[in-house]
Amino acid sequence: MSEFTLERGLQALREEMDAPVAAFFSSCVHCGLCAQACPFFVETGDPKYTPIHKLEPLRILWENEYTLFGRIKGLIGLGERVTDAMLEQWEPLLYDSCSMCGRCSLVCPVGNDIQYMIRKTREGMVASGHSPEGLIAASVRAINTGSPMGLQWKTLEVQIRHVETATGLKVPLDQSGADYLVLLSSMEIINFPEYLEAITKIFDHAGVSWTLSQDCFEATNAGVQIGSKDVAATLVQRVVDAAVKLGVKNVISPECGHAYTAIRWEGPNAIQRSYPFKVFHIIEVLDQLRAEGRLKTGGKEMDRLSMHDPCNLARKSGVIDEQRRLMDLVAGNFVDLKEHGKFQWCCGAGGGVSSNERAEELKMAAFKRKKAQIEEVEPERMVTMCATCRTQLEEGLEEFNMDIPVVGLTEMIADHLVPKTDAR
Amino acid sequence: MINPMEFLLWTKGPMFDVAVAVLALGLMVRLVEIFMLGRAHNYAEARGGQLGPGLKTVVTRFVPDPGTFQRSTFDVIVGTLWHVGFIAVLLLFIPHVELIKQTFGVAWPALPNPVSDAITAVTLAGLIAGLVHRLTQPVKRFLSTPQDYLIWVVTFLPVLTGYLAYHRLIGPYPLILGAHILSVELLMIVLPFTKLTHIFTAFIARWYNGATFGRKGVQS
Repeated sequence: MSEFTLERGLQALREEMDAPVAAFFSSCVHCGLCAQACPFFVETGDPKYTPIHKLEPLRILWENEYTLFGRIKGLIGLGERVTDAMLEQWEPLLYDSCSMCGRCSLVCPVGNDIQYMIRKTREGMVASGHSPEGLIAASVRAINTGSPMGLQWKTLEVQIRHVETATGLKVPLDQSGADYLVLLSSMEIINFPEYLEAITKIFDHAGVSWTLSQDCFEATNAGVQIGSKDVAATLVQRVVDAAVKLGVKNVISPECGHAYTAIRWEGPNAIQRSYPFKVFHIIEVLDQLRAEGRLKTGGKEMDRLSMHDPCNLARKSGVIDEQRRLMDLVAGNFVDLKEHGKFQWCCGAGGGVSSNERAEELKMAAFKRKKAQIEEVEPERMVTMCATCRTQLEEGLEEFNMDIPVVGLTEMIADHLVPKTDAR
Repeated sequence: MINPMEFLLWTKGPMFDVAVAVLALGLMVRLVEIFMLGRAHNYAEARGGQLGPGLKTVVTRFVPDPGTFQRSTFDVIVGTLWHVGFIAVLLLFIPHVELIKQTFGVAWPALPNPVSDAITAVTLAGLIAGLVHRLTQPVKRFLSTPQDYLIWVVTFLPVLTGYLAYHRLIGPYPLILGAHILSVELLMIVLPFTKLTHIFTAFIARWYNGATFGRKGVQS
């Protein structure tokens, strides 16, 4: 990463300017409804966390350089300028108090896709040297070690051995021509080793041909979170190279919403090419297996379960019914949160917030919205399908002394598989 | 000093031409500025279409989701009320329908005068309530710039002068009618240079929003 300067930052913002951005800024009438859609505003009540306000640097640059009236104002010395001091002031607004959950984009009456513009503005923040240390460190680790948490293959190898011992099954490594290349997230490997065990069991049960790749196991993309197209492209290219080398037809993103949007939607644009393979979230794959009758399950969880939709998976990727069909397989007493699916509330820790130590307090504040939602339906356990959401839910519930365990949907499915001999 | 009749004729003649020219040219510039920027090619495999979901979002954003309605009831009711009132009277008040008929040769049924009158009163009340809200509600006050108040004034004046003219509350009539027409011209002139452009660009913004989400399989 070369020198970061204001001019580089502005240039990065100019590269992000497009017709939607111009249409959005032309339309905002400062109604403030987006504030009511944002957990960071709703739970702090501080107007500076109003989503559209977080975009002032981008808006000022747009007005100054992309509108006739703004250019005239500039010529006669009127109008604001984007300065280093301004960007420094906006850094916490664009990172600490925004998980890019996209709820504001769904609520804005004039149709502004605010989240889309936050993502763009972060490009300028990185290039001008105004991004949080925690995210910079994660990006550097991801580039250098392949994992944003600095996790190495040997750590995963130990886990693979544990899984193989526990299940008596083989975890396939570097299998050329497998149908699915399975990616993981470091957070998952460290916090939720049960995931790898679960898919090992499920894929054996359903007869799915799959593999891990020693060249690339990490699905997350720190470049997408911090807002650096260069870092994002480098990391995505590793996935593409691994998939191409093994000749797989499909790549599976793990229980991580961010990883899914990063690979599924941003990845091809980061490398400016379409993929020679398809990308699925594990939940989509499981739902396909269910539809094909390849998941034979027995018994149901009978305690009161509710579900947290990861923003990246539901609102930002349209995977909403899949997890509910899977819940139907294994849950006998499931109740949805009041606002769920595309209108769900963020847990507060996505979009890089979880890697940004400075945001710790805001992260817990934003969680209070989720907490209120959970309290409304009083579940005995929460189910989700994203390691970051799950960690945030666990930490938040713990913080507020709520005794509600959080489980991953994939492992819940694995727990209900009937033995293969009985399945015939 | 010109007399009221001359003033009225001036607002209906040369000034009207100026306002139409500024509005048309200004709006064209704004739209060209937007569309010139284009959109980068999207390499990600689409899950859904763009056109249909985009158009659907253009329509559905007139009505908020239940949660937003619950959390911002005042904004939604007052905002909807005066927008609808403004447009209804603009298009359905008898003299307006006449004017449209004379100018464009198309006509449609108008509202009875007492109905237009009542709608105007509600619209005025709505605009005033909106202003008070803008001055007092923390988020709105924080976001508001001088431009927000300017566009409130240029939106309020045509409704106010129209109401005053209809009820003959200020005389002589040519003076208040001229003032009404002039206030509309002011609105037309200010429109392209301010966020009043949302009258047109909000539909573009909604389409892009719906299309972006739609491509990913979500109806926004």
